[in-house]
Amino acid sequence: MTSPTPLTSPTPSAPTAIPAPPKPISIKVIGVGGAGLAVLAHLIRSSPAGDRFAAINTDAASLAASAAAEKLHLETHLLRGLGSGGDPDRGRIAAQENLPRLKSLCEGMDVIFIIAGLGGGAGTGISPVLARAAKETGALVIGFVTTPFDCEGTRRRHLALEGLAELKAAADGLICLPNQKMFKLIDENTSALETFSIANEYLAEGVRSFCRLLTCPGLIDIHFDDLCQLLRDRHAESAFAVSEAVGPTRSREVAEKLLAHPLLDAGQMLAEADALMVSIIGGPDLTMAEVNRVMEQINRHCEHAQVVMGTAIDEAFRERLAVTVIAARKNLEPAEARLSARPGHEMSSQLIRQAITARPASRFGPSTPSSAASPGDESSAQGTASSRQRWKPARMHQTQLPLESASKGRFDKSEPNIHRGEDLDLPTYVRRGVALN
Amino acid sequence: MFDLPSSIIVGLEIGTSKVCAVVGDFGADGALKIVGVGQAPSRGVRKGEIINTELAEEDIRHAVAEAEQMADVEIRSVYLGVTGRHVRGFNNRGVHPIFSADREISEDDVQDVIKNAKTINLPAQNHAIHAIRQHFLVDDQDDIPNPVGMLGSRLEVDVHVVHGSLNRLQNAIRTVKGLQLEVDDIVFNGLASALALLTNEQKELGSLVVDIGSGTTEYVVYSNGIIKHTGVLAVGGDHVSNDLAYGLKTSLRRAEQFKLDHGSAIVDDSIKGQTISIPNENGLAPKIINLEHLRRIMSLRLEEIFLLIGQDLEQADALDYLRGGAFLCGGGARTPNIAKLAEQVLQMPVSVGKTNTISGLKSALDQPEFATAIGLVKFGSFDHRKRAVKASLTRNLKATLSQLFHRA
Repeated sequence: MTSPTPLTSPTPSAPTAIPAPPKPISIKVIGVGGAGLAVLAHLIRSSPAGDRFAAINTDAASLAASAAAEKLHLETHLLRGLGSGGDPDRGRIAAQENLPRLKSLCEGMDVIFIIAGLGGGAGTGISPVLARAAKETGALVIGFVTTPFDCEGTRRRHLALEGLAELKAAADGLICLPNQKMFKLIDENTSALETFSIANEYLAEGVRSFCRLLTCPGLIDIHFDDLCQLLRDRHAESAFAVSEAVGPTRSREVAEKLLAHPLLDAGQMLAEADALMVSIIGGPDLTMAEVNRVMEQINRHCEHAQVVMGTAIDEAFRERLAVTVIAARKNLEPAEARLSARPGHEMSSQLIRQAITARPASRFGPSTPSSAASPGDESSAQGTASSRQRWKPARMHQTQLPLESASKGRFDKSEPNIHRGEDLDLPTYVRRGVALN
Repeated sequence: MFDLPSSIIVGLEIGTSKVCAVVGDFGADGALKIVGVGQAPSRGVRKGEIINTELAEEDIRHAVAEAEQMADVEIRSVYLGVTGRHVRGFNNRGVHPIFSADREISEDDVQDVIKNAKTINLPAQNHAIHAIRQHFLVDDQDDIPNPVGMLGSRLEVDVHVVHGSLNRLQNAIRTVKGLQLEVDDIVFNGLASALALLTNEQKELGSLVVDIGSGTTEYVVYSNGIIKHTGVLAVGGDHVSNDLAYGLKTSLRRAEQFKLDHGSAIVDDSIKGQTISIPNENGLAPKIINLEHLRRIMSLRLEEIFLLIGQDLEQADALDYLRGGAFLCGGGARTPNIAKLAEQVLQMPVSVGKTNTISGLKSALDQPEFATAIGLVKFGSFDHRKRAVKASLTRNLKATLSQLFHRA
């Protein structure tokens, strides 16, 4: 085993549904909805012919323009050929009616990537149903999604967050790129078109590096089992960052760029992560010392995390070095909630969402938590079970909230004091987890 | 007639918990003595930086007035201490080619190379507070203390640059200037504390000075008589109080009082289970506090401060040069057993520093809180001597000239 930190259980328990590693891993990338297709287009353009791509949408015109090998047009009488019209319920119903077709699309695959832009009708509605369908066929399901820009309005944001929660419950792993964070990657003069293109490319890069990890021959392979263990049942929410550097000092540069990466909140995400996947891709000239240097830097920032690392060699990366980090964090449980310094707006949006969904539930008495999830959930018992699990921590959040804001006390409104990913304004004993009894 | 430089030097430190002004006087014999101290509780400062100008102005006025009264002088200008998270130190090297025909290095070349070392690598919006020369290199010949008069084709200098965000530095300067006080110079607080605490011998041996203020902790490393490393952590005594307030569920003011009355940097086994009960002034039930918790919270925070410093020094390769040990000052140095804790963490002899490089009021010199302000006076005295030399030079020149004219 190549992971620097010892695994939590010494023998990785291979999930029964996963075939033995010797067989080459079959991967299918499925783009859902308009944004999903756009990312897919980026992927198809830059990938070898062997990869399998599929496109799903409710809108026939965009499907026709896609270069994907398999296309699935979801249509019901409800849509009348007009697409989902930004309504996730319509997308969901269309997907549910076509459940067998979705299943057959995922049949026989080991890994299914679902790419979608949340906030619209098709991506938000279809992808959770697709994720459940894919999971039933025994595949590992990893979602790569974007959430809308703030300027797209609160309604889309709520829809996206609801979709995100639902997808999180259905998929094994979820990697979310909030579009709003793209502002940190672009400058003032970037056109809107370019911005979307950059966001799409970024997401595509994430998928690509994931694929490379699983398929490219490497110095150090990431075992499929490791990946499964990392993602399965964690229902992880993840952040990811890609950094690349060229030249003789590339290993140092690449690590520095990574630790300052805006999508990792300047290293804070690394410190909070409890599982980390690092993929290092270089040309044949990649040296072990470089791998070591990069990993040393990263490990220093996440001492408690379980790290899975892999190194792949790609002829195209001669003299270049690219590192992709996917940092996963368990769904926040009450005990861990205090450790996370989530930005306030995310917290409040979660509360808003809870308020919206909790109100109808209370009318029917307290014992119907699943009514908060999608109405078409009955088909999959697993989905409801896990969505129920998700609600409990969310409810606990509310009671934890005042405590968390109090912990910074008089430094609450001052400039945050981030040092190696830790907020020094929080009491040390809280950060170290020292119990006072 | 000619404005003679006044014989007093004032150091002003605008700290997070107190504003402190110290007056030094050269006196008749030319030896610097501390003659006055003024202080006022500070309300407008967080983590070493002014956040409320009005309150800060008022506090500065109080402190300066008190110092004026005690020393019986009028304060016109001050040496201002600055600190904050934005202040950083790094070592830099400047290069200057020698063009003159005889290849002799002149004083101008030395000034040029230092200017070069000061500006290179500096972020555009930052200002270099200090550029302290470490040693010169002439054509790769190492460790030259003074290259003037030597021959060479290339002059290099290693300097330690302490720099900070220009705007934030200017905030402090403007606040002081708003009170009709001149600012002679700004000085990094950590450097001032080190000047106050360390003797030349200790600088030569290699020593670490840690100034634990209430908003920030500054640290400076001297070795072989030169500054090797400086740093600021925006963590200090305030954080200890805040942690206590959070952990013991009490008000910040109360927590501060607990810290002073019952605090310790080390958790003893003997206090296990001991409690302190505090009568509540509002007529509510008295509160009982576990002494072990109180000290555990404090100890963890203080330990972390030293750990962070230790890590930083290790990274800067400065840890191996500290044969003289470490010296603590600032209000945090008053915490019982703090030297013991620091010894455990940093693995070197640690003591609470005494201001023994300057004479004067005994009551002021013995207090670790005043180290910075006294150091500011000390810094000013170096500056002052330089100016005095210049002033006397011009005076001599003028005298000779007028003599010549009289003769003619």
